[in-house]
Amino acid sequence: MENLIALFNFGFFRNAFLAAFIASVTCGIIGTYIVSRRIVFISGGITHASFGGIGMGYYFGFDPIVGAIAFGILSALGIEFFTKRADLREDSAIAMLWSFGMALGVIFIFLTPGYAPNLMSYLFGNILTVSKGDLISLFLLAIFVIGFFVIFYRMIIFVSFDEEFAMTNNAPVRLFNALLISLVALTIVLNIRVVGIILVMSLLTIPQAIANLFTKRFDMMMIWSIAFGFLGSVTGLALSYIYDIPSGASIIFTLVVLYGLIKSIFLLFGKVNLQQKEKGRLRNSVLSQFPPEK
Amino acid sequence: MDALIEIRNLSVGYGQNIVLREVNLTIQKFDFVGVIGPNGGGKTTLLKALLGLLTPLSGEIIFSETMTEGKSHRIGYLPQINHIDRKFPITVFDVVRSGLMSRKRLTGRYSSEENERAGDLINEMGISAIRNKAIGELSGGQIQRTLLCRALVNEPRLLILDEPNTYVDNRFERELYEKLKILNDKLAILLVSHDLGTISTYVKSYACVNSSLHYHTGNKVTPELLKSYECPIQIISHGEIPHTVLYNHKS
Repeated sequence: MENLIALFNFGFFRNAFLAAFIASVTCGIIGTYIVSRRIVFISGGITHASFGGIGMGYYFGFDPIVGAIAFGILSALGIEFFTKRADLREDSAIAMLWSFGMALGVIFIFLTPGYAPNLMSYLFGNILTVSKGDLISLFLLAIFVIGFFVIFYRMIIFVSFDEEFAMTNNAPVRLFNALLISLVALTIVLNIRVVGIILVMSLLTIPQAIANLFTKRFDMMMIWSIAFGFLGSVTGLALSYIYDIPSGASIIFTLVVLYGLIKSIFLLFGKVNLQQKEKGRLRNSVLSQFPPEK
Repeated sequence: MDALIEIRNLSVGYGQNIVLREVNLTIQKFDFVGVIGPNGGGKTTLLKALLGLLTPLSGEIIFSETMTEGKSHRIGYLPQINHIDRKFPITVFDVVRSGLMSRKRLTGRYSSEENERAGDLINEMGISAIRNKAIGELSGGQIQRTLLCRALVNEPRLLILDEPNTYVDNRFERELYEKLKILNDKLAILLVSHDLGTISTYVKSYACVNSSLHYHTGNKVTPELLKSYECPIQIISHGEIPHTVLYNHKS
């Protein structure tokens, strides 16, 4: 334990701890949106498409994250546009973008002369090498996401729950869809530095899966997700230090184990509850056969 | 005139595919129109045009002044229940309140008066016990009640219901039709149903939709009407059940 506390003397560890906290907040909020709207697959497509931007960054010599942001947002809006208007199957469109981005990335990195440094950290992430610049951009994104969700909360829920009904009420459905999917893309890309392309989706879905065991309300789900996301990433970070294993993988591993644990506790104790519910339902259905005379 | 909505020579469709041709229909105050017809005949398309989700290819829909409020029309809409994502994390109360969003700005919050109105409606519909439950925990009938509250909370002049009798039990269906009868004293109703056998007996007129629209005032069903269903099934029943027979189409 003392060893773990002593870790805070290292600047890189303080950065990692802060990154874990900020990432949990943004991923908690944006992930709840992703899960509620069932756009996990779309988000996966955006994640992988952004690898094309990383490859271009290496080849043309600019910051790969800038390329990833551009690719992420463009593919997000592209999916939003093509599946709503063009006559293309949504999942096929996503699969195409998904692999096209990866292919572009591979081609550009292959064409870049010499060794591509840090390539692994984009694929698997490394929270321990998070820089001050990364922290600042993560922080700014968190502020923006929190602000956006606090100010427009009702409209976000309105547009997300029943798009068609929102349209009949003249709500700016298209604008909000586009804004929100861009925020999803930004969140994904900036968190690539933390857990990497391959693992980032789990930071956006596992805390929500755990939260969903406790609550079925959007606002509470965001808060629980943030809490479990933070718990998972800090525990994962500690495990990564103790056992000397990659941090991204140990964070995701911890989160899945956490989900498994809580879910099995619910199953064990929920069973009694379910049986009682079933009894009640049976009684009601029998009663409904004999409605009281008026 | 008490006309709320006048549809004139309306044709609507998707791209090159025209689903409804040359439709004329006037909806008066306190009308109760049953929209019936075969699946794929254009009932949903007609609804979408009325709700402003589809732009007419030709013709027009004229809304009276009492029907408009700012930029939106005073239509309450109850979508088909399978249209709703039941796993969405939202409570009954929040679903009902969301029916007020059209009068809000982007950052809208609900006033206490609006919260009260939503609460009253929930009580009136008999679902106050599940007010703070998530919709994922409700039965089909409870969700329909919730959605009906959402459709009514903004005090519409016209209530549009899209097949409210699917996925619910007979008891709820009866209750719903009784409820609609009471509501009909205050507003016009357009009820879409593919199920000829169990449409409400309170319907005052019928609109048969099968790529075109035939309007029948009064509530009687004819063999012709049944033919527009292209249905090989007969309805056989003994007396005491209220029946409706419509006159032939003169086309």
